[in-house]
Amino acid sequence: MLYDYIEKIRPHFNEGGKLHALRSVFEGFETFLFVPSQTSKSGVSIHDAIDSKRIMSFVVIALMPALLFGMYNIGYQNYTAAGVQASWLTMFFYGFMAMLPKIIVSYAVGLGIEFVSAQIKHEEIQEGYLVTGLLIPMIIPVGCPLWMLALAVAFSVIFAKEVFGGTGRNIFNPALVARAFLFFAYPAKMSGDKVWLAKDSIFGLGNNLPDTLTMATPLGEAAAGNTMNYDFYQYALGTIPGSIGETSVIAIALGALLLLITGIASWKTMLSVFVGGAVTAGLFNILGPDTTIAQMPWYDHLVLGGFCFGAVFMATDPVTSARTEPGKFIYGALIGILAIIIRVLNPGYPEGMMLAILFMNTFAPAIDYCFVQSNINKRAKRAKK
Amino acid sequence: MSSLFSKDNQKVFLEPLNLNNPILVQVLGICSALAVTSKLEPSIVMGLSVTVITAFSNVIISLLRKTIPNRIRIIIQLVVVAALVTIVSMVLKAFAYDVSVELSVYVGLIITNCILMGRLEAFAMSNEPWPSFLDGVGSGLGYAWILVVVGAVRELFGSGTLLNIRIIPQFCYDAGYMDNGMMTMPAMAMIILGCVVWAHRALVKE
Repeated sequence: MLYDYIEKIRPHFNEGGKLHALRSVFEGFETFLFVPSQTSKSGVSIHDAIDSKRIMSFVVIALMPALLFGMYNIGYQNYTAAGVQASWLTMFFYGFMAMLPKIIVSYAVGLGIEFVSAQIKHEEIQEGYLVTGLLIPMIIPVGCPLWMLALAVAFSVIFAKEVFGGTGRNIFNPALVARAFLFFAYPAKMSGDKVWLAKDSIFGLGNNLPDTLTMATPLGEAAAGNTMNYDFYQYALGTIPGSIGETSVIAIALGALLLLITGIASWKTMLSVFVGGAVTAGLFNILGPDTTIAQMPWYDHLVLGGFCFGAVFMATDPVTSARTEPGKFIYGALIGILAIIIRVLNPGYPEGMMLAILFMNTFAPAIDYCFVQSNINKRAKRAKK
Repeated sequence: MSSLFSKDNQKVFLEPLNLNNPILVQVLGICSALAVTSKLEPSIVMGLSVTVITAFSNVIISLLRKTIPNRIRIIIQLVVVAALVTIVSMVLKAFAYDVSVELSVYVGLIITNCILMGRLEAFAMSNEPWPSFLDGVGSGLGYAWILVVVGAVRELFGSGTLLNIRIIPQFCYDAGYMDNGMMTMPAMAMIILGCVVWAHRALVKE
């Protein structure tokens, strides 16, 4: 039925039709709903059954557990801080209402810019924003205002993506660029102890909390040298303050499982991030300075903050990570190592994962170049013999 | 006197302002353009300083150009520029102390500004003093107006002020608006400069 409708309205969008200006929007939606029927007209090319739109859908599905738990956690933190008893459904619904505007704003601004630039460049709409648009609201604190989110989305889509030529050509992960922009532009709304709690009631749900009530993330507390009032079980389950999608290790692990089974994310990158992080944190435990964050057990480092979320959804981004197979190990390990070093040695940035991944994005092509070049040299030597 | 403002001389003066802008087209002097533009006032002072130094060093080198031995010309150019930079630096310290503190080393670093050496080598060494003077003023102003644009954008969005006068009213802050801390960082100056180059290339067809 849907298919018939699309066929019926198609002529309007062709050259000369009255809705020609919206052609790219139409094609974007059509190919999102159905696998396109066109095949390559020139040269030999093999198409996988799964194209990049299907990959994006899988990543979105993989993000769902973390997103749903994040919504529940927003409500849980609000009701716990107010000291009010409520069913988990109420908490979830409150979090859902708090989260929904952020997701809508992110998609509206991001896709708007994509549509406009696709129309200007006479290209198809690129589907990369489907994932980025969901990632951005998940990696910011719940207290971040919507206009800041809109500004960050616009900044990252234009300067991290469109200026490099759009999806698949960007050097840096757009979602992380948006977060880095917010982090450096509005530090008061991205870190500290005032932003991790939703403070207003929405449609009678939730509780109005006074502005003076503050709550820091465990990592922030550790960086400030305070003791932490949570245990490992809570870290893993995720009922702690933090950016919306990053708190629950279990929910992220479900997503990671799906990504690994479908082969979308590389296990090499993921594993080496964790190994790199664990080894570095372990070394700091043994040799490091006598500060709270350096002495935090290595397994706590791996489950706290954005480490898991970054390792699963950001480091494995096929566009910005290393593409050679051995390169993935080096790329991943360096992300883990750098993230922990930034966390421990720079108390100003308790969340080192974002900066570590952005930094390694810069070096991914260099890593690839080294491995490709060494392979060429090896073969050249073999050929001489 | 009419030849002083002949077609050729006008071209010499006007080209660096637009079609052959030292920052937008030659991409010289970027370092100081990123470093001093976090506020409008230092940007203006820096732009004027560079204009004065470029103009007069161009004149001096142009006067000396026939007597300078070719093999040591760079050293002589540097001596002239360094003397002028020292004078400008002293004038700034005497009459605009606050701004000179804000500009700190970047006044001294005008000596190494590529625009200066570029103009001396490319123009003053082979032209009469008067066109050299016009070329120096043009290049300096071409550099200055970009600094002013970047400085104005960064101060307006980074601090909500222009020349330290509050532009964005208080009720905006009460409504939740916040100054953009990224604007006060040199990284953002790079992006704004990129946007200016982008707009310039899009609008001006050579």
